[in-house]
Amino acid sequence: MKTTSLKTMICTAAMLTLGAGAAAGQTDEKLVINGETEIITEAPAPAHLEGALDTIYSGWEFRSPTTRAVQMDDFDNPGMIFVDKARQVWNTVDGTEGKSCASCHDDPADSMKGVRAVYPKWNEDAQEVRTLEMQINDCRTDRMGAEAWGYTDTGMTSMVALISLQSRGMPVDVAIDGPAQSTWEKGKELYYTRTGQLELSCANCHEDHYGDMIRADHLSQGQINGFPVYRLKNAKLNAVHSRFKGCVRDTRAETYKPGSPEFVALELYVASRGNGLDVEAPSVRN
Amino acid sequence: MAEGVRARVKVPSSASAGESVVIKTLISHPMESGQRKDSEGNIIPRSIIHRFVCDFNGQNVIDVNMQPAISTNPYFEFEAKIPESGEMKFTWYDDDGSVYEESKSVSVG
Repeated sequence: MKTTSLKTMICTAAMLTLGAGAAAGQTDEKLVINGETEIITEAPAPAHLEGALDTIYSGWEFRSPTTRAVQMDDFDNPGMIFVDKARQVWNTVDGTEGKSCASCHDDPADSMKGVRAVYPKWNEDAQEVRTLEMQINDCRTDRMGAEAWGYTDTGMTSMVALISLQSRGMPVDVAIDGPAQSTWEKGKELYYTRTGQLELSCANCHEDHYGDMIRADHLSQGQINGFPVYRLKNAKLNAVHSRFKGCVRDTRAETYKPGSPEFVALELYVASRGNGLDVEAPSVRN
Repeated sequence: MAEGVRARVKVPSSASAGESVVIKTLISHPMESGQRKDSEGNIIPRSIIHRFVCDFNGQNVIDVNMQPAISTNPYFEFEAKIPESGEMKFTWYDDDGSVYEESKSVSVG
C-alpha cells in the first residue's frame, strides 16, 4: 500500500512540474498592432538574469485572447483615448514662462522617439537616476514655470503614455552599468526582499511562479515594457509605480510611495529585466 | 457639461456595392450614472450620452437608446451594407443637450 501511494505521489509531482513549465500561461500568438507594427513579446533573457530566467515574456502573452485582441488595434485600445488627451496638453501653454511641451520638443514623434526604451536613466546634472515622470515634472517646474503634476495623476500617466508610444516596437535597453549601477543594485535587492505579513518578494511570484494561476489569473513575469497600461479593472491608464504599490500592498506591507527613491531603483531594475522586449505602451491588461 | 468629449469613428473609405463593412465608433465621455456620491455624500448628477444614431445618405442604419449602466467611453461596432457611394453620419446626444456629430464618406467603385 505504502509503495503505491508513494508512486502516485511521485507521479503527481512530475505532472505538477510539467504543468509549471514554459507552456503554462504564454501564447504562441504574435502581437502585431494595427496589422503593421510587430512587437517582440518573447526574447532571450538579458545576461544579468542568468540562473534566474532563460526567456523573458511580455505580460501580453499571459492574458486572455480577448484582452490580447484589444491591444492589437489602436482604435479598440482605450489607452489611446488618454494618449489623445495628452497630445492636446502637449500643445497647450502652461506656467509662467508661456511655454508648452511643443515649444521646446516640437513634434513628439521625432523628439521622443526611443526615449521610453532607455528610461529610467542616469541624469548627469542631477546626479541621480530619473524616471520619465521625474523628467516631465522637471520640465514643468524649471522650464515652463508650471506646477508639478502628482506622480501617478492621470494627466501625468497619459503624458508618459504619449511619450512611450513614440518608442513602441523598439526594444527596451536601459543602462545598468556606470553611474546607474548602485541604483540598479538597490533595485535588485528590493526585488528579492520579502515584504509584508505574507513575506513575499517580487521574485516569489514573478520569477518562481509565472504562468501559474494566482486565484483566477495567470501570473506574468511582472515585465514593465507595456507601461503605462490600460487596465480593464479600473478603466484607466496605470503607472509603473501604481502597480508596484498594488503588488507590495498585496503582500500586506506598508508600501513605498510612488516616486520614492526605492520605487525608482526598483523600476530601473525591473525595466532591466525586460531588456530585449519591445516597448508596448499603452498596453491593455485585465 | 461633460468635458473632453471626442468622437472617433473608423469606416473604410471604399467598398464594393452591396458589401457589408465593419464600422467602429467610440466617444470619450465619463458616462456619470447619477447613482454615485461625491466625498461629501452629495449625489453626482447623471450625465450620460442617451442616444446614438448612424445614418447613411439619410437612411437610418442604427439607432441606440442608451441607459446609465453603460460604462465610460461607449464603443459601438456594427456592420452596414453599402449600396452606393455616400456619406455616413454619426450623431451622439448628450444629457446636457450637446450634440456631437461626425461623418465619413464611403466611395463605391
